[in-house]
Amino acid sequence: MTTLRGNLNLKLGNFELNSGAFELPLEGVTVLFGRSGSGKSTLLRAISGLDKHTEGELYFGDVCWQNGKTALATQKRHIGFVFQDAALFPHMSVRQNLMYSVKRLPKSVEPADFDEIVTRVGIADKLDRGVNFLSGGEKQRVAIARALLTRPDILCMDEPLSALDWRSKAEMLTLIEDIVAAYQVPVLYITHAPAEVERLANQIVFMKDGAIERIETLQESLSRVDSPLFDDEGAVSVLQGTPQAIEQGLRPIQMGQNTLWLSDLNELKKDTVRVRVLAKDVSLALSDPEQLSIINHLPAEILKIVPEDNHRVLVRLQLQDGQKLFAEITEHSAQRLQLEVGTKLFALIKSVVLAE
Amino acid sequence: MIEIFGVEVSLDPIWLTLEVAAWTTFILLLLGTPLAWWMARMQHSSKIVLEALVALPLVLPPTVLGFYLLIIFNPNGYVTEFLRFFGFEGQLTFSKTGLIVGSVFYSLPFAVQPLMHAFEAVPQKLLDAAATMRANVLDRFFTIVLPLSQRGFLVAATLTFAHTVGEFGVVLMLGGNIPGETRMVSIDIFDHVESLEYDQAHVLSAMMLIFSLIVLMLVYGINRRFGVKVG
Repeated sequence: MTTLRGNLNLKLGNFELNSGAFELPLEGVTVLFGRSGSGKSTLLRAISGLDKHTEGELYFGDVCWQNGKTALATQKRHIGFVFQDAALFPHMSVRQNLMYSVKRLPKSVEPADFDEIVTRVGIADKLDRGVNFLSGGEKQRVAIARALLTRPDILCMDEPLSALDWRSKAEMLTLIEDIVAAYQVPVLYITHAPAEVERLANQIVFMKDGAIERIETLQESLSRVDSPLFDDEGAVSVLQGTPQAIEQGLRPIQMGQNTLWLSDLNELKKDTVRVRVLAKDVSLALSDPEQLSIINHLPAEILKIVPEDNHRVLVRLQLQDGQKLFAEITEHSAQRLQLEVGTKLFALIKSVVLAE
Repeated sequence: MIEIFGVEVSLDPIWLTLEVAAWTTFILLLLGTPLAWWMARMQHSSKIVLEALVALPLVLPPTVLGFYLLIIFNPNGYVTEFLRFFGFEGQLTFSKTGLIVGSVFYSLPFAVQPLMHAFEAVPQKLLDAAATMRANVLDRFFTIVLPLSQRGFLVAATLTFAHTVGEFGVVLMLGGNIPGETRMVSIDIFDHVESLEYDQAHVLSAMMLIFSLIVLMLVYGINRRFGVKVG
């Protein structure tokens, strides 16, 4: 598999990016995750060659993109880039914005299917509009189409959802997943929202103070208690399942022999969905309580008990189909129930949402 | 000679003025564009020095500028010698060519400043986006920067032209008062007043006044739709 490997340095005023040596698999979605000021955007700009002060080395497969101060110009890197606020050309119509990409394709590169892309992205009926008359979500769609039309070897997205309302966000996430699956283009995706990471990521690059702290898969990251993804809302579990037809006003998600019930009834086009469960929304019971308003009861076994601050403990559970789940309970409850590794019990999930 | 309101006015100074102003505008847009672009993208602190140098003609008495240009363009001086080497004949002082070169210096800020502000207003991310779509530097300039700075160019051209039409000090110092060669409208008015020909001075002055008013209204009209700072 081709990789993007290198070690980049870039000084901007008081900020300094010293990425350290890295190697990213060019497959699926790689999320650059970190707080604002951690250097995510700077790293992405350095990778794209958008800042001429970049130094270090960078190889895309066998192609050298940067060696010392010598850099391959951005326009020769075959990169698609979606900016935070779309960066559409205001003096052009939607179609002209898209054609800007198409017209500059090298002869050796076969053009993409224009009609197919604009239809998939959902802007086929807006081609002749001025870009200033588009909503935030529409602008971002045009930006994505424009980037795809460059036939990129890699698609960079710098917080493409940050300027959107929650509804557009949800739609865009679905679109991005769809694009990754349809065009098989590797994506570098910047975000500081754990929910976006959990929805999209195959692997995660954690950034801190201008350096890459660690690169790991989503699964690896979700299985460690101290994952930076848990900084805001505490530990989170992501479960995968197969959505079934709606029953009694709820959406069943099949996970092995067990079923998770979702109140979200939006149409799901996919065979597998990721659902997101906060550890603090999971309670534990030694027997299956029948008379309870909580509908999701899953049999589980304790794998690990991790003491946390504030007299709380994090319990790592394994469900019957092998998936892992975190529960956060008080130290007091853990003692009262005499929990220990291997205890079989029931996980009661108060709230489940689709990862988005 | 034509007659306006019964007053005989020589057209030569008017044509000369328009010619000098047109050439100056053309040259300044050509040279001022790369200079303004370079300054707009400059992040180094030496930008201040450059900005000050460009703005100098705004505060310097035109006679001072004219005086130095007169010294530098001395027919036996280095500049003229240098130009002669490339086949230049004639001289830069007391000639139309000299007037145009002098006007280019004199009107420099009026071309460079609006252009620079227009260029600064073009968001860097648009150029970045264009680069990721395989546009090279020149391509980006012509397809993104130029169309987005149209009004800046309009303001720069109008102000440069108008300012050159109105120049006096530099012309007097560098060009003198040779009919058909260096006698521009402003000099002509001065001449008429000196010779107590108030009628001619009135007509020419009124024409200048109306011209200037129209130009300024044009500039403010352009500015109103698009915030280009001037001066």
